[in-house]
Amino acid sequence: MMDFSTPPYLLKNASVQRVMLQVVAALVPGIAAYVWIFGPVILVQLALATATALAAEAAMLKLRNKPLSLFLSDGSAIVTAWLIALTFPPLSPWWLIITGTLFAIVVAKHLYGGLGQNPFNPAMVAFAVCIVSFPALMSQWPAVGMQVSLADQIAVVFGQMPRLDAISGATPLDTLKTALKLDEGTVSVAALLADQTVYGFFAGRGWEWVTGGYLLGGLFLWWRGIVSWHAPLSFVAGLSLLATGLWLYNPAQFANPLFHLFSGGAMLGAWFIVTDPVSGCTTPKGKLIFGFSAGVLAYLIRVFGGYPDGVAFAVLLMNLCVPLIDLYTQPAIFGMKDKS
Amino acid sequence: MLQLFKFKGGVKPQTNKTQSVHEPIAVAPLPSRLFVPLHQSIGGTPRPLVQAGDHVLKGQLIGEADGWISAAVHAPTSGTVRAIAEHVAAHPSGLTSLSVEIEPDGKDEWIARTPIPHDAMEPEAVRERLREAGVVGLGGAVFPTHGKLTASKSVPMEELVINGAECEPFITCDDLLMRERAEEVIRGVGIFRDLLQPKRVLIGIEDNKPEAVAALQAAVTKLGETFEIIAVPTRYPAGGAKQLIRVLTGKEVPASKRSTELGVQCFNVATAYTAWRAVAHGEPVISRIVTLTGNVERPRNWEVLIGTPLSEFVKLGQPKADTNGYLMGGPMMGFEMPAMDAPLVKATNCIIASSPTLFPPKAPEMPCIRCGECAKVCPHELQPFEMYWFSRAKNFGKTQEYNIFDCIECGCCSFVCPSRIPLVQYFRFAKSEIWAREKEKNAADTAKARFEWKTERDEREKAEKAEKLAKAAAAQAAKKAAEAAAAAAAPAEGAPTPATAVAPAASDAAAPVDADAAKKATIAAALERARAQREAAAPKNTDNLTLLQKKDIAAVDALRQQAGIEPPPAIEAEQQEGPKS
Repeated sequence: MMDFSTPPYLLKNASVQRVMLQVVAALVPGIAAYVWIFGPVILVQLALATATALAAEAAMLKLRNKPLSLFLSDGSAIVTAWLIALTFPPLSPWWLIITGTLFAIVVAKHLYGGLGQNPFNPAMVAFAVCIVSFPALMSQWPAVGMQVSLADQIAVVFGQMPRLDAISGATPLDTLKTALKLDEGTVSVAALLADQTVYGFFAGRGWEWVTGGYLLGGLFLWWRGIVSWHAPLSFVAGLSLLATGLWLYNPAQFANPLFHLFSGGAMLGAWFIVTDPVSGCTTPKGKLIFGFSAGVLAYLIRVFGGYPDGVAFAVLLMNLCVPLIDLYTQPAIFGMKDKS
Repeated sequence: MLQLFKFKGGVKPQTNKTQSVHEPIAVAPLPSRLFVPLHQSIGGTPRPLVQAGDHVLKGQLIGEADGWISAAVHAPTSGTVRAIAEHVAAHPSGLTSLSVEIEPDGKDEWIARTPIPHDAMEPEAVRERLREAGVVGLGGAVFPTHGKLTASKSVPMEELVINGAECEPFITCDDLLMRERAEEVIRGVGIFRDLLQPKRVLIGIEDNKPEAVAALQAAVTKLGETFEIIAVPTRYPAGGAKQLIRVLTGKEVPASKRSTELGVQCFNVATAYTAWRAVAHGEPVISRIVTLTGNVERPRNWEVLIGTPLSEFVKLGQPKADTNGYLMGGPMMGFEMPAMDAPLVKATNCIIASSPTLFPPKAPEMPCIRCGECAKVCPHELQPFEMYWFSRAKNFGKTQEYNIFDCIECGCCSFVCPSRIPLVQYFRFAKSEIWAREKEKNAADTAKARFEWKTERDEREKAEKAEKLAKAAAAQAAKKAAEAAAAAAAPAEGAPTPATAVAPAASDAAAPVDADAAKKATIAAALERARAQREAAAPKNTDNLTLLQKKDIAAVDALRQQAGIEPPPAIEAEQQEGPKS
């Protein structure tokens, strides 16, 4: 039906690959901090996820009779793989990350029609599936400054060494929640956060640098025009609003908003997940609603829910609402603005 | 200083305008043949006024405007009409169009040109002159100019916007026209001003043409006009009529309205120039300025006769060896000329020689990732990716809900799309499908109306015929009765007076009774005939029905009656028969 020699003949130098590669590049500062603080084992997970994602993508493209090189090189599978690796515990066993990645690429992406068609964010689907199926493994995070060699860490990942409780525990966010629950109001947040083995300046020790790296990458994406400010800022606003309100209400029981913004998946979620164009809202107003609601839900789930963090579930729930939000937030068009 | 407004969206492609502005406008030499299409503007196709073999003079009317929205066509030079035949048109489809082929005699001999004193004339006469001179919008839309020169009756005319923005890359014909013929442009604007009587006249030019701005400013000062020359920010499509109106006046003209309903009207500078030539010099539109640029050795602007074949024109620019085609218009909205013998027309503002390096082949189309870049740059603030989904799914109703007919096909969305989706093509496809369906629907509606009218007429005629027959029968009966009465009176010859007295009385008494009976008889006969006819036409499977079937039919009939539908004739006939038998 379509002829390619049609106007416009002049095109901007843009491609899906360029978009995806910039997203990948924007993840680098966060990954660098990750490696610096928790050791290079995360690179092994990134490699595992990437290889699995590309293999699964190739197999699915073949099954669907799509051109291999065109779609394999678009970079979308790499973005998904990296987001999965960064949301999974770095010492999780090899098969866990492969399972998650396979589910993301095969089910969440290709069974829904491949690039551009998935209603749910594939990386978040992977996270949700794995945390529901393997809650214990998905909750074991390394402590800062664990004295385990890289070789031993890799051995843990590949099951050559027993998983030691000594090298892994809950995330700072999870630790705080558990402590507050167990102590039932006798311990204040301030006292807990004073524990320097777990907490740093304003969030989890070490994690504040990693999440700061994600923020830096996010700002790069915003500067490059890859993401608009709507979804990230409204996500931050939604999360902060609840966090600030409850913190002001009872600072002994609720951590401050800064802690929440730089803990868990908040920063990664704000800049790399709620900004996903495929599964997110498209209208400016819709993006605001989407981001804000996801922020509120993320807070509710991570503070009052049973899971270590709430970003993944919050985003998936909001993915469900996207068609409806988009439908009701269509902007008025040129010349028709006084009519609405 | 006038406050400028912004339109949302838009893109900034490389302008590529400097190549073709170094040399002044040159007059292109006479081509060996001219193919002047009759249909060069929006509206009715002009009727050819010449025949093969006729000798024509330069400026002679060869196609007469057909209807009010139509513009005349003239011979661009003197010579001989060789044919009036279909010739490939300057249109991407490669379809042909009825064209007048003229072989120039080389004398370039004008008809008698009569200027008209436009300021002393009725506005209607000036509009008529523009129509006769074939003045149309030269910005690309080629809408007959006279059709836009009537102000709305209910809304006062506030602004007259003159479009010298020329936002498409590569094109410089308006730039050079404004630089070199500023005074005539301004005088042309004066004609439009006189006809529309706006409060203000605003001439918008993109700020990458400072020479044109200066030239027009000087001309305005010299002629003592109060027109405002305004440099507008360079951003495609600032030269779109609606965008320029927005930038200069803040008004947004929706697709559903005419701009005059908002008290504003817009013309291109070249249109103003041709209007002045038509009125003050009696010269119809037989040539225009065309930029020849792109992959050529000598890019520049030429004044070219309408109908010049592309092949002869492009030679003037010396195309480079790797030229692989020619675009008409700019690279954003233009199209590839279908053939080298396609003629240049009134809509041709630019010819760009293309090459694989200038316009590289496009990367393969990828799926839409909903990044929304297209929505960000859409100057009409549409959601192109949504329209794309629905165009692709052929869900045309939905495309209209997303306002596909507000799309001006400027190409900004395709320009930025990272998935390289030819969005504009999808929208054109959807629009043409919608038009086709609309047409089909109209045709069906017309056919239905025609059928209903015919049925009604048939029934009326039948009724009239029956009435006539009844009348004839009644007359016959009356006659018979009279005869019978006369026969009865005949034996009583001895009493002629009473007989003559009785006969009329008898006929008077008998006739009404007999006429009534006759009428009844004819009606019964007609009914009987109708019944027989119906029976003949009735399907035989309604005979010998089982009880169950009859029950079913009765049920259906009950439903029909509820719905207000008459039972079908066969059953009706049976029911009528019922009581008789």
